[in-house]
Amino acid sequence: MTLTINAIPTDLSGIDPDTPLLWALRDHLGLVGTKYGCGIAQCGACTVWLNGAPVRSCQLPVGALGDASITTIEGLAADGLHAVQRAWIEEDVAQCGYCQAGQIMAAAALLEKHTNPSDEQISVAMAGNICRCGTYVRIRKAIRSASSALQSGVRFFDPGESELAVNPANSGGMRS
Amino acid sequence: MSTNEINARLNRRQFLQFSGLGLALSASGHVVQVVAEDHSGTSRLSAYISVGADGVITIGAPNPEVGQGVNTSLPMIIAEEMDAAWSDVQVVSTPVDAAHFGAQFAGGSLSIPMRWDELRRVGATARAMLLRAASEEMEVPTAELSTQDSLVTHKESGRSLTYAELALSASQLPLPDTDDLVMKNAEQYRLLGTRITNASAAAIAQGKPLFGIDVQVPDLVYASYVKCPHIGGRPVSANLDEIKAQRGVIDAFIIEGEAGPYQFDIRNSTQVSPGVAIVARDTWAAMRARKLLKVQWDTQPASSDDSEKIALAAKAAAGRREQAKTISAAGDAGQALLEASARVKALYSADFVSHAQLEPQSCVARVTEQSAEVWTSSQTPSAVDQLLPGLLSLPSEAVTVHSVRGGGGFGRRLSNEYVYEAALISQRVGLPVKVQWSREDDMAFDYFRSALYLDMEAGVSDDGRVSAWKLHVIAGSTDLEKANYGGTYRERDFPERRVPHYDIATTLIASQTPTGAWRAPFSNIYAFAEQSFLCELAAAVDTDYRDFLLDLLGEDEWFKDGDRNALNTARAKGVVNAACAAAGWGRVLPEGRGLGLAFFFSHAGHVAEVAEVSVDKDKKLTVHDVWVAADVGQVINLSGVENQIEGSVVDGLSTLANQRITIRDGRIQETNFDAYPLLRMPKAPRVHVQMMASGYAPTGAGEPALPPLAPAVGNAVFAACGERVRELPFSKAGFSV
Repeated sequence: MTLTINAIPTDLSGIDPDTPLLWALRDHLGLVGTKYGCGIAQCGACTVWLNGAPVRSCQLPVGALGDASITTIEGLAADGLHAVQRAWIEEDVAQCGYCQAGQIMAAAALLEKHTNPSDEQISVAMAGNICRCGTYVRIRKAIRSASSALQSGVRFFDPGESELAVNPANSGGMRS
Repeated sequence: MSTNEINARLNRRQFLQFSGLGLALSASGHVVQVVAEDHSGTSRLSAYISVGADGVITIGAPNPEVGQGVNTSLPMIIAEEMDAAWSDVQVVSTPVDAAHFGAQFAGGSLSIPMRWDELRRVGATARAMLLRAASEEMEVPTAELSTQDSLVTHKESGRSLTYAELALSASQLPLPDTDDLVMKNAEQYRLLGTRITNASAAAIAQGKPLFGIDVQVPDLVYASYVKCPHIGGRPVSANLDEIKAQRGVIDAFIIEGEAGPYQFDIRNSTQVSPGVAIVARDTWAAMRARKLLKVQWDTQPASSDDSEKIALAAKAAAGRREQAKTISAAGDAGQALLEASARVKALYSADFVSHAQLEPQSCVARVTEQSAEVWTSSQTPSAVDQLLPGLLSLPSEAVTVHSVRGGGGFGRRLSNEYVYEAALISQRVGLPVKVQWSREDDMAFDYFRSALYLDMEAGVSDDGRVSAWKLHVIAGSTDLEKANYGGTYRERDFPERRVPHYDIATTLIASQTPTGAWRAPFSNIYAFAEQSFLCELAAAVDTDYRDFLLDLLGEDEWFKDGDRNALNTARAKGVVNAACAAAGWGRVLPEGRGLGLAFFFSHAGHVAEVAEVSVDKDKKLTVHDVWVAADVGQVINLSGVENQIEGSVVDGLSTLANQRITIRDGRIQETNFDAYPLLRMPKAPRVHVQMMASGYAPTGAGEPALPPLAPAVGNAVFAACGERVRELPFSKAGFSV
């Protein structure tokens, strides 16, 4: 059982095949950016890409994925920031931040398909992702801002040389 | 939390701050910490601040971060006073350590006000030490030196030294006298009041491990903890052998715990409800085995609550006002009502709701015979630090609590039962354990926002003044002596102070469902009733609600002498006028569309909101725009406070639309987002925020913008279609969002 996860062929043979991709990523592969929110595909916190399309990883047993290609938040921009991630930082979208990886994966999938989506297309694409903190106003703004970057041909940013109002030292990590 | 309580806490806190700060600086002011990895010297200026030779200034944030932005705003206060360039600042969470940081919690919108004086002193102390070091180095008086952007400059000679160059010598200086500290006035702020990006924004956008659920330690095992669906019941037996035989399962056992409905008691209780623990090699193996678990439950000690019975009891109590217990009264409200030229009477009600924070509870605990360590997103890590040693029979110094970012709080993480569950399970299996609640666990075993019934009656006299005000608060109670959390009326002064005859009373009805602090406790329901009812009263005397409200607020004054956390009518009228001006109050709208206004004062914040709403023939609401004017004193992080307010509006709308927890036979019926819908992006209104520059000290912003939203929308619905909504959620009155 070998999946391509973030462009890396990954052996999942030690994992029970009925394990949802969400828990395989989190508990076995250390890719904890993908979040558990509801377990029934209602909240979108576990959104990843399956062959480029956004899916709910809590509903996908790893044994049913064949040789699919999976992209998680950690692999969205191999090195640096995707235009959507950058827009999320610039618009200071997050409050608690728990849903945002799923929101970003949903938004990036939309923009990869429609670089300049209508408000209606944004609403439809994002309706599956709950933000309990209520940052929807900023999410919509960030999608518009990422759309502008993508339309001008810029897809990835080097976080070091961007003029973001953040210190790269703040990229943080957990204290333990 | 009432303003009285805020004051009590601030006073206690100020005392702690004073001693805590002294300890912090004297204990660590002379310590030079060497970072091994890069051999660069890091000089510690206080428990909060260290400066690296590379120029990075590390500032600690002492209160838990659950999305309210304090990991950014609290360090900003220090950075402002020490004149650190924000681009040099790296933010970390401080350890949980009462000796250095006092009580560490996130509640009551208190993080900012409780730390305001302390952190300004910390920043000013660091600046004074850096100045003194520069003065010795340059051999000039400190009076000739200035600071800006992590740099001390001697203007006359043109020389300057960076904080990084000065930190080592500064850290070895004696502490300056507190009386000599110079603090900035608001006009001198460079950082405070500006929009600063959340310190964790980049880490969040990249999916870095930040949250409680992300914690992993070596040899970690994973546990589900299954409690009786009828809250408070206990397992008699279970098919443990079958569960233990499941793939990936390491152990399964019953924890006796404490039967009976649990109660919200952060400071004293380490109650763990009885249940079955399933310990497995990963989260999924535990969840999968759980599906096969068969438990014989003893429901005798469990809650027998039933939503319909509670509603019937409340309505019956509303009809027996004469039996209610008086809380507060003046004049003769009954007589004044008889004499009033216009009278309104209405019963307002709200159902239980769940916190539904997006990250379900989890906790990693590593308990051995000698020590214990927990990683938790608790809003009250200090309480865990105090109570966990007793639960595990370990000395205090053997217990370490790590405060980790939480995926939403809203009051849900004030209690710590998930921490105590993890600790007991880890102690039993002798391995580090992550207890992971399912969404269903999280919703079914919440400390809910209390259901509440508010019967109101008021009269207006010939001169257009409110002459009588009667309020009857009907709330659930476990013991029929004290209301369960969230059901206690606390003296508010408004509108009572403006009404010559008032009478406020309460009746308790039986309810065992656990309730707790849900964003702006009590206010979240009371504001809806008060502001809707006052609007009804205005309509009864054919007066525009803005005019009616401004008139009722009356002359400019503080409602409590000497209490700067009290309602101030000038500030109140300021936000009402600002929100109305921004919304274009009074403009003519098409049929089926209306503007609604509400004002509410809570958590020391004055907030007015105007909603523009249209209602179609099927009673479907569209909330187009919400204009908010808020006065929470000095703004710390403008982007952060705007975000909290935008979020409060969305939260308010989400909750009023169709959120309700119903109970049958002590069992929660709605346990996931399919049955308990949260607002989604297409329904989110545009939100326009205006912060008032009132010149007062800062107060918190996590809660006060929530209460006015529901009445603003309700009043707009009335303006749009003439129907008055008196129930939360609005779906009970046939409306949908």
